[in-house]
Amino acid sequence: MMVADVLRPRGAGLPRLRDTRAVWPVLALIAILVFDWVMVPNFFQIRVVEGRLFGNVIDILYRATPTALVSLGMALVIGTKGIDLSVGSTIAIVGAVISWRIHAGDPHIVILFEALAVAVVCGIWNGSLVAGLGIQPIIATLILMVSGRGIGLLINLLYGGTDPSFDSPLLQGLSTGHLWLIPTRLVVGAVLFVALWLVIRRTALGLFIEAVGGNAAAADLAGVNARRIIFVAYVLCGLLAGCAGVILTADTHTSDPVSVAMYIELDAILAVVIGGASLGGGRIYLGLTVIGALVIQALTTSILISGLRPEYNLIVKSVVVMIVLLLQSRNVRHHVTMLFQGRRR
Amino acid sequence: MTTGTPTAPLIEMREIRKAYPGVLALDDVSLDFYPGEVHALLGENGAGKSTMIKILTGALRRDAGAVLLAGKPTDFASTAAAQAMGISPVYQEVNLIPAMSVLKNLTLEKAPTRWGMVSWRGARAMAEAKLARLGLTLDIDKPVGSYSLAIQQLVAIARALDDTTRMLVLDEPTASLDASEVAALFDILRDLRARGIAIVFITHFLNQVYEISDRITVLRNGQRVGTGLVGEISRQDLITMMIGRELSEVEAVARVRDTAGGAPVMTAGGVGRKRTLAPFDLTLRAGEAVGLAGLLGSGRTELAKLLFGAIRRDSGTLTLGGTDIRATSPRHSLAHGVAFCPEDRKTEGLVGELTIRENIVLSMQAKQGWLRRVRYRDQLRIADDMIRALGIATPDGEKQVSQLSGGNQQKVVLARALASSPKVLILDEPTRGIDVGAHADILTLIRKLCDRGLALLVASSELDEIVATSDRVAVLRDRAMIGELVGAGITRDTIIGMIAGDDGG
Repeated sequence: MMVADVLRPRGAGLPRLRDTRAVWPVLALIAILVFDWVMVPNFFQIRVVEGRLFGNVIDILYRATPTALVSLGMALVIGTKGIDLSVGSTIAIVGAVISWRIHAGDPHIVILFEALAVAVVCGIWNGSLVAGLGIQPIIATLILMVSGRGIGLLINLLYGGTDPSFDSPLLQGLSTGHLWLIPTRLVVGAVLFVALWLVIRRTALGLFIEAVGGNAAAADLAGVNARRIIFVAYVLCGLLAGCAGVILTADTHTSDPVSVAMYIELDAILAVVIGGASLGGGRIYLGLTVIGALVIQALTTSILISGLRPEYNLIVKSVVVMIVLLLQSRNVRHHVTMLFQGRRR
Repeated sequence: MTTGTPTAPLIEMREIRKAYPGVLALDDVSLDFYPGEVHALLGENGAGKSTMIKILTGALRRDAGAVLLAGKPTDFASTAAAQAMGISPVYQEVNLIPAMSVLKNLTLEKAPTRWGMVSWRGARAMAEAKLARLGLTLDIDKPVGSYSLAIQQLVAIARALDDTTRMLVLDEPTASLDASEVAALFDILRDLRARGIAIVFITHFLNQVYEISDRITVLRNGQRVGTGLVGEISRQDLITMMIGRELSEVEAVARVRDTAGGAPVMTAGGVGRKRTLAPFDLTLRAGEAVGLAGLLGSGRTELAKLLFGAIRRDSGTLTLGGTDIRATSPRHSLAHGVAFCPEDRKTEGLVGELTIRENIVLSMQAKQGWLRRVRYRDQLRIADDMIRALGIATPDGEKQVSQLSGGNQQKVVLARALASSPKVLILDEPTRGIDVGAHADILTLIRKLCDRGLALLVASSELDEIVATSDRVAVLRDRAMIGELVGAGITRDTIIGMIAGDDGG
């Protein structure tokens, strides 16, 4: 090896690309889509039916939107070195509140804000426990995770109704409607993503969250109010879960606290990790988190269309996820490369 | 101190080469280590010392060259393999598990087993034996984290040693020890040397090099500058070899002293906290550097943190530029123009995951608030300016800060404080664990900052540093400030006298 080679600055070129975190989740998504395309040649076909777009790709985007929103909130919380297990319960409470207020006769536009306000309250609760009382995040958010669905059921009892189903043109329009050709929830999701990106990257909030997650003591001494930043992350996470809750509740026309968004916290954590973030905190990748959510949904869709018995679904999903995560690990990649180089020699 | 001419080297390292992306860390370096000899490895940060010992101890693979153990070529695949051959490293940053007991830390790697289970009786005996080897008596059931850094360092050394140890590698073992602890450590090292163990000793304390070493090797920029017996190399030569420039330059920088302090910027009246530091009065003036002297544990760090608000005071008043400061938090202090560089850059200073640029702008951004983000273009400019002004060795500001060497990391901490445009700068051990070159850079910078009208408070365990940089010295003993020294009154002897309690202070 020449000194000149060694001293060449680390920059453009393949090695750099290979080390970029963005490559692996994107590659995984492409690989899954290519697999689908081989299985179903007209996989990428998009038709216009009844004035809206239809097709497998649209379907993946459509179904992934709620998970993606929850994942974005989770990305912030994980960025602070925390975790929020209560997002599914937040969604259950939001659903119950929507159903309750509709039966109480509130204007639906007001209900939208009531629902989001309740989600923010959930976030404030978590944030207070973690940032205020210093409870470990996994325990602090476990409280709402366990109690949240029960709270939802209690709210359902409030209006004495045995039937929590409802009709709301406004909320259903946001969830299952379409704007011109595009499903409304994709528009809502895109708008929220851009808004969040602006809040995180066009203010210093992102830097502060990453500093606090990377080293809270150092961030504090550098003048960052670590506790306030952590609090804000949980509140934003609650708010985003609330947005997902509105979409999911309006989709089913009913409040079903027992099973709505079951295990969504796990999918969200997975999406964040597939997006390249570490549970150790310190980094937020918003765009890659969305890719992570799409990978999860694309996997589910492909297993369905591949004709594999649904019993295999979860196992295939976990195997693929494991491969993606292993590929992301620099250590594993290094060892695999060594293996191949050894053989070539 | 020399043990005569040893016959055969225990370890021979031949033309070792190691490259990192963008840096050639070792360029065909050869070194011999003899049994029963203390071999000091010196050089600035980035000179290649750490890389050399990591290769020696199996923590890193070399790109080229050979390692011979007792004349036979060897290739340590891992630190475990090296340790099996009797080569025991103690790394620079103490890597014990703080929440675990001393007992478990000492026996974690090679716990004695009985029928496949850990034999705690055997482990206990082993731990006691390890501590006894260093003449330490500790409660081995207490968590390591409850002991001082100095004790932790000794525990780390105790862990590394056993009956099969042929070579002990110590990377900056004395960085956090006070004088009596260093003396105790050196007694232990002399004993080990007498037993024929080869000792590699990396340090930046030149006094200690002359006190304990038999042989000295100086590395610079990945190359060996020279090797010699300790009696053959004068201190002046040694420093010249290390930094490649004359020492007088450093001294000249430090000697210019303008005693006329400006207007008071920060005044502490009766500031203190129970069980932390007795109430003290201190005034910091524009253009004046105040040194904080005292032994380890005398309250230097506590005083610095009380002034900055990182420790909440329970008595006294603090005025800054004439206004009373009620609230006490780092955030408020920064807003009022006080910046602080903590002692422990790894745990309190840097966010290792973030880039150099992000670390540098963090404080000024915190001061501006989260809504008014410093524009990316300005961030780049500020980071570049700081990198150039402080001589941080990096191609650009986008490198992860954890990839920098200690001295450069310290400069980043300093850069962050400076970027917040402070009126008062509090430095706690600004030169801890860094090399002579960076040391000189930072002392030069301290003088420059003073000339520009900044009020400085420098807490340091190195007396020479305090003598060289301070216009005024506050002396601490047993968690209380016992007096001040001014101008010509500042000498090594007067400070030591005060600490020792000669003049009643």
